[in-house]
Amino acid sequence: MNAEAAGRVGETVLDVRDLAKHYPLTRGVVLRKQVGSVKAVDTVSFALRKGETLGIVGESGCGKSTVAKLLVGLEKPSGGQILYRGEDITRLSGRALKAVRRNIQMVFQDPYTSLNPRMTVGDIIGEPYDIHPEVAPKGDRRRKVQELLDVVGLNPEYINRYPHQFSGGQRQRIGIARGLALRPEVIVADEPVSALDVSVQAQVVNLLERLQDEFDLSYVFIAHDLSVVRHISDRVAVMYLGRFAEVGTEDEIYGHPTHPYTQALLSAVPVPDPEARDRRDRILLSGDVPSPADPPSGCRFRTRCWKARERCALEVPPLDVPEGFEGVAGPARHASACHFAEERQVVPGG
Amino acid sequence: MTAEGTRQEDGSGGGVLLDVRELKVEFRTRDGVAHAVNGVNYRVSAGETLAVLGESGSGKSVTAQAVLGILDTPPGHVTGGEILFHGRDLLRMGAEERRRIRGTRLAMIFQDALSALNPVLSVGTQLGEMFEVHRGMSRKEARGCAAELMDRVRIPAARSRVGDYPHQFSGGMRQRIMIAMALALGPDLIIADEPTTALDVTVQAQVMDLLAELRREYAMGLVLITHDLGVVADVADRIAVMYAGRIVETAPVHDLYRAPAHPYTRGLLDSIPRLDQKGRELYAIKGLPPSLTAIPPGCPFHPRCPKAQDVCRTDRPPLYDVAPGRASACHFWEETISERGDRR
Repeated sequence: MNAEAAGRVGETVLDVRDLAKHYPLTRGVVLRKQVGSVKAVDTVSFALRKGETLGIVGESGCGKSTVAKLLVGLEKPSGGQILYRGEDITRLSGRALKAVRRNIQMVFQDPYTSLNPRMTVGDIIGEPYDIHPEVAPKGDRRRKVQELLDVVGLNPEYINRYPHQFSGGQRQRIGIARGLALRPEVIVADEPVSALDVSVQAQVVNLLERLQDEFDLSYVFIAHDLSVVRHISDRVAVMYLGRFAEVGTEDEIYGHPTHPYTQALLSAVPVPDPEARDRRDRILLSGDVPSPADPPSGCRFRTRCWKARERCALEVPPLDVPEGFEGVAGPARHASACHFAEERQVVPGG
Repeated sequence: MTAEGTRQEDGSGGGVLLDVRELKVEFRTRDGVAHAVNGVNYRVSAGETLAVLGESGSGKSVTAQAVLGILDTPPGHVTGGEILFHGRDLLRMGAEERRRIRGTRLAMIFQDALSALNPVLSVGTQLGEMFEVHRGMSRKEARGCAAELMDRVRIPAARSRVGDYPHQFSGGMRQRIMIAMALALGPDLIIADEPTTALDVTVQAQVMDLLAELRREYAMGLVLITHDLGVVADVADRIAVMYAGRIVETAPVHDLYRAPAHPYTRGLLDSIPRLDQKGRELYAIKGLPPSLTAIPPGCPFHPRCPKAQDVCRTDRPPLYDVAPGRASACHFWEETISERGDRR
């Protein structure tokens, strides 16, 4: 919303179509044979525009981190396309792939394990230049790294220090600086603040927002913390068992959710206001998420859904404006993969 | 429901279960002495939920470990204070007596159920062990009790699952088993250390609800250790905020959220992303929590505090009584509490 209001959301940068990742399940050591597959990501589609932040929320095991890995090329998709400025990067290899990868960079969740403890901060942030020397000639690297340290709010004189000399929040800044080194267009951030303490989390969220304005970045921001995602995102996708359940602007999803899973998820988030304790409309789901190796037929959420009927087991609900909402004007009209979609406000003041 | 502050006179009567007084814990490490807990006071009464809120390194878990007597010694050492449980000092008891209290009267729920449970024993055996050791039951009777407990924490088809191993349960179910284990012998007080942090939101809500319901049913006291201001607002009666090994503010939960009396509490509340702040910069507490080997003199929060004056750099603020049942360790609590909560 804020981005659109500022008029800086532009052309489509990433166009993801029917993206899928299936991991084979095998049995036997010598005579290995495939007995099934884990459908970690199954036909996920979205578009990401210039300067925009798409938030992806979902519970553990829903496939959101796999989406991140597919986008930056750490995993090969089993199907679908990832179009970066119109070019399908899943088909590229060699030099062409390398050139594209420069533009899509990643920030990892855990600032403790994603930085090599034996490398200095300067080497960590400068390493992308070894792979893409055209961005920074050798003699210029030190200055570039120091610039990056300054940009993410660290003292440029720390260039020769090692990761263990920094706190969690500072390490995450180092990870962000590394992600910025090649001046990418898209940054995929997988749970970038969830390992941080509350007081430090806000600092890093602010940094990410400032960098977005400064470098006109597009973010895919993956997190399980719904309030952080709401704060930073222009659009939000809610993911469940490898598929998107509902996609819309931040206001559409949080203020006017129509998918039962989104409603349950939002209602389960503890609200930091004791006055709201009794006013809240809580939806308690029973049971656990089914295994992605053997997902339910039809709608994947139906085994935990209080609205499920026969149709839900038979037909996969499409991710589209649901039946009955076509004529509706206003924020309730957005893509929601439910046969029986209904608006229900669950966030107080939403 | 009691609502007395942490520094009231007599602590023996009035349903006070646990009374921690001036507790000090330090860790002797190669890099020096880490002062993890520096004079913590809190008390919990029967039927009350006290939330101990703090960030990593604030000393909230170490305090709990000292209460339970499960501190890693060495390097950790309790160097001062008293831990009165039903009026008797746990620190002066013999190891055997403490062991008997632990589990029967005082129980703990850990954050990570997978590593807290033994992977090579079935959950029925682990739950039953409590009854065999503390109640002298036969193995068969104990297993029956285990199944009953699993049923009570709403594990579906409990009877057929007593023989299952921890890895065969989901995260939420394992945490239920942890709760069952803590409840087994009907304790008066449960200390839960981040019981839902490792769980997904929808499962977290289920487990938190179960815990709150069982606490009511058995009229137990509950100490809930957490960093999540949302969870606290949902279940706690009273709250104690910790920073650098000290309690900086304690208050009934409604009062604290309405008008915090310590700048650190205010900073935490303000740094939560909220609806009306969309598109604006989040408030962020500047700087970092101090290293426990070098806690700043005076008020330990002063290097990060927007209100810090000269006095904060030199004099450590005591816990000032703010109102009945409220205390704040800030020289300028009056100013802090009267500020409007929504914007700075």
